[in-house]
Amino acid sequence: MNTHVKPSKLIKGATGDWEVIIGLEVHAQVTSRSKLFSGASTLFGAEPNTNVSLVDAAMPGMLPVINAECVAQAVRTGLGLQAQINLRSVFDRKNYFYPDLPQGYQISQYKSPIVGEGTVIVDVSPTEQIEVGIERLHLEQDAGKSLHDQSATDSFVDLNRSGVALMEIVSKPDMRSADEARAYVSKLRTILRYLGTCDGNMEQGSLRADVNVSVRRPGEPFGTRCEIKNVNSIRFIGQAIETEARRQIAILEDGGSIDQETRLFDPGKGETRSMRSKEEAHDYRYFPDPDLLPLEFDQAYVDELASALPELPDAKKSRFMKDYGLPAYDAGVLVADKETADYYEAAVNYGGTKRDPKLVANWVTGDVAAYANSVGLAVAQTHLTPAQIATLVDLISEQTISGKIAKDVLAILISEEKEGDPRAIVEARGLKQVTDTGAIEAAVDAIISANPDKVAQAQAKPTMLGWFVGQVMKQTGGKANPQAVNELLKAKLGI
Amino acid sequence: MTELTDLTLADARDALRQKKISSAELTMAYLAAIEKARPLNAFLLETPDHAQAMARACDERIARGEAGLLEGIPLGIKDLFCTEGVRTTAASHILENFVPPYESTITANLWRDGAVMLGKLNLDEFAMGSSNETSYFGPVISPWRRAGSTAPLTPGGSSGGSAAAVAARLCLGATATDTGGSIRQPAAFTGTVGIKPTYGRCSRWGVVAFASSLDQAGPITRTVRDAAIMLRSMAGYDPKDSTSVNLPVPDYEEVLGQSVKGMRIGIPKEYRLDAMPEEIGRLWDQGIEWMRAAGAEPVEISLPHTRHALPAYYIVAPAEASSNLARYDGVRFGLRVPGKDIAGMYEETRAEGFGKEVRRRILIGTYVLSAGYYDAYYVRAQKIRTLIKQDFDQAFDQKIDAILTPATPSAAFGLGEKGAKDPIEMYLNDIFTVTVNMAGLPGIAVPAGVSSEGLPLGLQLIGRPFDEQTLFALAAVIESSAPPVSLPSAWWA
Repeated sequence: MNTHVKPSKLIKGATGDWEVIIGLEVHAQVTSRSKLFSGASTLFGAEPNTNVSLVDAAMPGMLPVINAECVAQAVRTGLGLQAQINLRSVFDRKNYFYPDLPQGYQISQYKSPIVGEGTVIVDVSPTEQIEVGIERLHLEQDAGKSLHDQSATDSFVDLNRSGVALMEIVSKPDMRSADEARAYVSKLRTILRYLGTCDGNMEQGSLRADVNVSVRRPGEPFGTRCEIKNVNSIRFIGQAIETEARRQIAILEDGGSIDQETRLFDPGKGETRSMRSKEEAHDYRYFPDPDLLPLEFDQAYVDELASALPELPDAKKSRFMKDYGLPAYDAGVLVADKETADYYEAAVNYGGTKRDPKLVANWVTGDVAAYANSVGLAVAQTHLTPAQIATLVDLISEQTISGKIAKDVLAILISEEKEGDPRAIVEARGLKQVTDTGAIEAAVDAIISANPDKVAQAQAKPTMLGWFVGQVMKQTGGKANPQAVNELLKAKLGI
Repeated sequence: MTELTDLTLADARDALRQKKISSAELTMAYLAAIEKARPLNAFLLETPDHAQAMARACDERIARGEAGLLEGIPLGIKDLFCTEGVRTTAASHILENFVPPYESTITANLWRDGAVMLGKLNLDEFAMGSSNETSYFGPVISPWRRAGSTAPLTPGGSSGGSAAAVAARLCLGATATDTGGSIRQPAAFTGTVGIKPTYGRCSRWGVVAFASSLDQAGPITRTVRDAAIMLRSMAGYDPKDSTSVNLPVPDYEEVLGQSVKGMRIGIPKEYRLDAMPEEIGRLWDQGIEWMRAAGAEPVEISLPHTRHALPAYYIVAPAEASSNLARYDGVRFGLRVPGKDIAGMYEETRAEGFGKEVRRRILIGTYVLSAGYYDAYYVRAQKIRTLIKQDFDQAFDQKIDAILTPATPSAAFGLGEKGAKDPIEMYLNDIFTVTVNMAGLPGIAVPAGVSSEGLPLGLQLIGRPFDEQTLFALAAVIESSAPPVSLPSAWWA
């Protein structure tokens, strides 16, 4: 995949072009009520150490029992990534000492993950689509959290996260720019949210990425990579890649070489710095966890989960293009967030009548999205309802109001009448478009007679028509049907 | 009847149900015996208040006609089983003051059935040892002595406290655990009966883990019938242990006394070791004769990978232990020794908290799992484990009902006699028992005779998975054929 070099992606160095190679390990918290191997709650934001079972605290003699819901979520995710589902997988222990790791090992999947190779289709821009290969997905326990700010002399540990289920989703090194990596994570997050297998809240740590970056001259073999740990926003992922690529290029252009190591990204300083070298890397002493049997299920189980999967973004996009005649770009924007897509469809089909899908799309992705963005909400989270948008579009289509007036109505809906009916607003405020030709004609005649010099100019230069239209609209308070105004003016001016 | 403590578990059960005795008086008799036997160091914690309260409740239930399977029976609990609100140490300094807020499934099963807890029994630290000498709280001294000698002997290990307490009449039965022979070897050394059931038969939940894929709990008792009664209570599926097996638990007592006629008894030729004392060979031959006399048919079988079992065991078990014991880090519970930083605290805590043998096994386990050695050690050991299982499968495919072997390569030895210079000397104790753990099979040790020095010797029967019934039936044959175990006189009292 993506083996041919795309010149537009190359970074210009002092000594020539460089290609950036990126692979991502995304840690996605599984949406589940309880933890991967215990019954403790996974609720975010609880008081420290309140969601901790005896198993999570690794008390002597405690044993893990797999949470079936987490297994189902991993399988659903695998299906959503068009990936191989492994009917037999094995949990291993990854051994290391750390205060937030109560067992002294993390239960993970090493040699036999639950999900194998898959594919994600990513829209990088309105005109560019790439495929990113998925290497594997495995289930593992999250660790707890060390708190260093509670006391001057001691560190504290909060085990609420300890044992929460994570899916580690490992991509192939198929990305060639920060933009591609950002678009991949966005798409992955969209898929997870559609599936309901991860809420994708990066600010709560539900989605984090380890970013592998290397650079090479176009056409050469892969360079030595560095892994940037635990990057927790899409913006930072992009910044970390660009920063790290430039660091590596600078070293190589100075005749140096890259050391394979783990690094941290500091968004404040805009730099990555070494965390540990290859020599300092842990020896995790992986071995199969003897407390757990291999995880086995049959194809019928997978088929059942597959049959209950929701429509996924790619399929929805195709359907929007086919059923609603939307351009790929509009469809792509709408389906990026499932609730927005649902909102859009609810508006198009409101009241059991279908209205102009493109017009609805323009409003949802345009003015409505702009408002939502300005208040930091998703479209579906705003108080604007699909019914209001549908009615607004109906009013335009019926030629009851112009598009310009519709914007005014939307502003009223946003600021003044939160549950207002656009039709009633138009009625009450007298915003109805004037289609009575008599009234418009009177206005036209008045303008023409008052401005003989402009009439002469317009007859010589027809683009002056716009000035007349503006004057008529002004006179009619914006309510005149623009089409009628145009036609009347053209006839009367003889242009 | 001279002493209440002379009753077997089965006798006491019947006498309690018939209200000939009360649990309160039985419990008092045992508490008195325990107090007198403190020189044996079998109990790490006596729980007399607990015991008397439980006994009173038992007597009330018996009066109401609500007696459970073990109603009123006083038991000792190996201090590897977590007991709610009662200190549980694993005989380690690192857990010296650990009081679990939970009860192991097995002990909960016993209390459900009406058993009474007398206290917590000594063991090798984290069950690592074959002589009880690795206990942080000092070794258990066997109630047995060599004829004409007062030299202190080992009761075996790791369930040394359990075996000694049962042999010395300090409880009617005791829980024990067996990772490589820790039930069967001490049973053989003390003239008691010990069964390690099939892996998955008893829940491991709440039992401090040594090597998860090998650990299995079972009872040590005075008679085969007592073991059958006690195992029925201990065993059963536990959804909290993913390796526990969901099969009904039979009434093991029913098979006792049943004919074993026509059963084919495998005699593995590889178990006849060159270095084995002659009296062990004679004991084995005697057992074979008893089988024949009972109508069973001894058949020579081959278990060709036997000689690799011990080395492979000493890779697998320490590997798992090195990981299982990582949680004793001083962070959340147990001993904490301050250090200059977090790594320092780990080092100080674990260096001081673990004894020498435990540290040795953690080091071995860490080594065999480390990069570059994993394939050479751990992976190969697992392959050997598979071959050992196949050996047994092939034997059982030849219509073998059970396998008869010696339980130990010698009688009990003196404290300090073995393993001081070379730990392998101690590890060799498990030579006949580890194969059974590696294959996950049930095995029972039954007293079968005495050594030239007057010490008990035991035979081992190995069964098919989940066929403990056949083992009990055959063990009952050995028990009734062998000369009665002459009790150690209470020199400690």
